[in-house]
Amino acid sequence: MTFPALEVTGLEFFYPDGRHALAGVDLSIAAGERVALLGPNGAGKTTLALHLNGIYRPHAGKVVVGGVEVDDHTLASIRRRVGMVFQDPNDQLFMPTVGEDVAFGPANLGLKGEHLDEKVELALGMVGAANLSSRVPHHLSGGEKRLAAIATVLAMEPEVVVLDEPGSGLDPAGRRELISTLAGLEVTLIVITHDLPLALELCPRSVIMDGGRVVADTSTRGLLSDPDLLARHRLETPFGFEMADPLDQ
Amino acid sequence: MGVGHAHALYVHEHSPIHDLAPETKVAAVLLFVLSVAVTPGQAVWAFALYTTIAVGVLWLSRIPLRFLTLRLAGILPFILFAFFIPFIGSGERIDFLWFTVSVDGAWAAWGIVAKATLGATASILLVATTEVPGILRGLAKLKVPVIVVTIAGFMIRYLELIVDEVQRMRQAMASRAYEPRWMGHVRPIATGAGSLFIRSYERGERVHSAMVSRGYDGTMPVLSDVRLSGLDWAKALGLPLMAAIAATVALVVG
Repeated sequence: MTFPALEVTGLEFFYPDGRHALAGVDLSIAAGERVALLGPNGAGKTTLALHLNGIYRPHAGKVVVGGVEVDDHTLASIRRRVGMVFQDPNDQLFMPTVGEDVAFGPANLGLKGEHLDEKVELALGMVGAANLSSRVPHHLSGGEKRLAAIATVLAMEPEVVVLDEPGSGLDPAGRRELISTLAGLEVTLIVITHDLPLALELCPRSVIMDGGRVVADTSTRGLLSDPDLLARHRLETPFGFEMADPLDQ
Repeated sequence: MGVGHAHALYVHEHSPIHDLAPETKVAAVLLFVLSVAVTPGQAVWAFALYTTIAVGVLWLSRIPLRFLTLRLAGILPFILFAFFIPFIGSGERIDFLWFTVSVDGAWAAWGIVAKATLGATASILLVATTEVPGILRGLAKLKVPVIVVTIAGFMIRYLELIVDEVQRMRQAMASRAYEPRWMGHVRPIATGAGSLFIRSYERGERVHSAMVSRGYDGTMPVLSDVRLSGLDWAKALGLPLMAAIAATVALVVG
């Protein structure tokens, strides 16, 4: 029997100030799927993401990754299997050089010496950033920081990668590089974003969250052709945006 | 390269001093500074030797003299303080130009000036020839507790971000016509400092989440286990060992 890459059932979470951030989230994602997680600010997208590798613990419901439930005993293996790329790359790149930062995860898993160096080289190569290894994080451009942050996660060889607003703050060329890098990864991808064209390009499936619940789960293409649904959840396509008709191609 | 280098304190050059392994350099500077610090001021010959060593390393490292002198300006306050000691010192006094100065005071002042200048020169040469990540790795290999090295690393990594945040906050204040003139205007600065603290604290939490996400369990992993040969150590420690011997002789002979 094959398990879904990710299975979230009845997930509820309250912040210490009493805010009901997640009010019963159900979501199942198959291995290899690429899913966009959309919704207005404060909908609970990031809160949900932080549950997927056990940084937050649910007050009700559960998260199961590839058939393994997230709990105290499975935490270490869950964190290897679910990679999290945070919104601000400055939070993710905390070591003195990019290479050491990419090495941080695999070294925690016990890798050493040549194996570690190989892993770092491989991960940086996957995002086309092999030249960044000896660079100091605060001297990188926004796009380079983002790619380096993704490499730090890929070095752990995760099965699922969750990205929080990966396109924010990037110039168009940087955004383009990011999209082609992500499109080439052979992992289950969950992308939190407000950038609908990016969602359309990367993710065949979209999930909309609002008020701590999943309110729509559909094909991204179908979603973008439903302006009413988008408007109800404070989403809109950019002015002048038109989807290419698949029949024209 | 250029953009790849972290610090205004670093001088990008290729020299035998730049090429030394960071931990050997850190150890060498430590030994040299210790030797200088324990040498009695009266052993002028020893200080002449230390100066020769420092000048030799400066020459080998191809660091411009101008760079060194500008950085040395940092110790001026201490030197100014030392300048007063001969006048306020006690004990035997001698005539010097139009003043009478204390002999002990004069020796003490000389000691402070000479030791501060040599010590600062050694540290400036260390950071001018070693990039920050290298110094941190060096400290770690010299068995400085990991927690101390980690804190230093994080401080350097995030200092610039915090400085940027302060800058933005000041611009935001200035954009709304905030021009502090007297004490009554100090309030926004205080609340600004408060919110800066909260922001930094929250960043700390996010960084911790990012670390935990990649398997951090409270101990920093060892990332490099390059073994150095005796020759690597000998190259770096040769000159400071001479200084150490000089210091010992000066202490014994008096």
